[in-house]
Amino acid sequence: MESLLDFSPLAQEFTTILTGFWSTIRLTLMSALLALILGTVLVAMRVSPTPVLRAAGTFYVNILRNTPLTLVLLLCALGLSDTLQYTLSGDSPTNYYWWAVLGLSAYTASFVCEALRSGINTVPNGQAEAARAIGLTFTQSLRLVVLPQAFRSVIAPLGSILIALTKNTTIVIVAGYIEASSVMKQMFDDYGGTLPIFMGFAAGYMVLTLPTGFFFGWLAKRMAVSR
Amino acid sequence: MTENGDATPLVRVENVNKSFGALHVLRDINLTVNRGEVVVVIGPSGGGKSTLCRAMNRLETIDSGTITFDGKPLPAEGKALARLRSDVGMVFQSFNLFAHKTILENVTLGPIKVRGVGREQAEKRGMELLERVGIASQARKYPAQLSGGQQQRTAIARALAMDPKMILFDEPTSALDPEMVQEVLDVMIGLARDGMTMVVVTHEMGFARRAANRVVFMSEGQIVEENTPDEFFTNAGTDRARDFLSKILTH
Repeated sequence: MESLLDFSPLAQEFTTILTGFWSTIRLTLMSALLALILGTVLVAMRVSPTPVLRAAGTFYVNILRNTPLTLVLLLCALGLSDTLQYTLSGDSPTNYYWWAVLGLSAYTASFVCEALRSGINTVPNGQAEAARAIGLTFTQSLRLVVLPQAFRSVIAPLGSILIALTKNTTIVIVAGYIEASSVMKQMFDDYGGTLPIFMGFAAGYMVLTLPTGFFFGWLAKRMAVSR
Repeated sequence: MTENGDATPLVRVENVNKSFGALHVLRDINLTVNRGEVVVVIGPSGGGKSTLCRAMNRLETIDSGTITFDGKPLPAEGKALARLRSDVGMVFQSFNLFAHKTILENVTLGPIKVRGVGREQAEKRGMELLERVGIASQARKYPAQLSGGQQQRTAIARALAMDPKMILFDEPTSALDPEMVQEVLDVMIGLARDGMTMVVVTHEMGFARRAANRVVFMSEGQIVEENTPDEFFTNAGTDRARDFLSKILTH
């Protein structure tokens, strides 16, 4: 009974656990950055006046948003990397890291795109017309007038997507890269699946995600555009 | 008030038709606007006035006919269209200021990004224009902090900053509280005196009388009458125009 509340494994493996969470952070930040860039490109495609670009953007979003992340990551790690031998680095962990980042950001970008698209809908159409009327091109009007306001109106939802992404990095366990949840699984194997280990890791994720939520909530208020 | 400019056409609208679905909003429109001329377009709501105004910088596409600006047909899209629009100012009913930018930034965005003017020079000129429309003291504020009249004067300064060859006004005072209408009209009258080519869709008959060279009366998608303001208001040539005027001038 006493072993059920034995927190000592957490202390013994503290460095390993920290290394695991550091990997989680690296996965999250790099994927978030790429997802933000790709999501912005996608939303530009989805609102562009060119039908081919619109169709391509819509197709991408519908495919990626509706495919389970596990499948996306398996495709990256087992399909593209292991079977087809498209390696991104000679060093195996680095290779799997980048494939995991690509899978996570490709998937998350579809959600970023849709959040931004709803943000664009909050910008009155008249402002886009006024931008065109002073001679800005479509791209300039998107970059200088529409998207800055769209971003500011969807800061809170983008925060939720970032939190989801942080937790989604646990699925990288299927893609051969060691991050916090794979350290936990290893500890379950070594020490038995005890409640304290589980609680320790759950708390670790909350240390990452709770401040993210508070920060984005604060930022959303601060950056709101008054109309 | 200037005479009819130097009487060379700046805009030529020929046989233009436009439908929104089953609604035929522009029917065989022919209209010429000369350089330096102030043309006021009036008429009942839904008569096609705004659509005509917006078609002149291709914010609205047309179904048939031609519109030429400065001797050249309006470009259909891309950089050429953007260049045309930079030469044609537009002032909207709902101001449409960029909500995330300050008053001064609203005025300097076009010169900096479209004309490639340096920031310092654009801000200097921007401040002169804000001075001219009487809101220089508000330059660092955001649109939401200003009254409707101040916002619309900013919009006029934003159009002027591009040194346009013409400015289109699409019901510029219709969204304003009554006490703010005059401050906007005063700025517009000043522009007209300075010889700016203007097409003004409005219900402000006083403005039409004071500043217009020509009044165009539109109803049901057609230009029913074109006349001098004096002649139009005292002795309109068509029944439909007289009927419209009797409804708005009697009280």
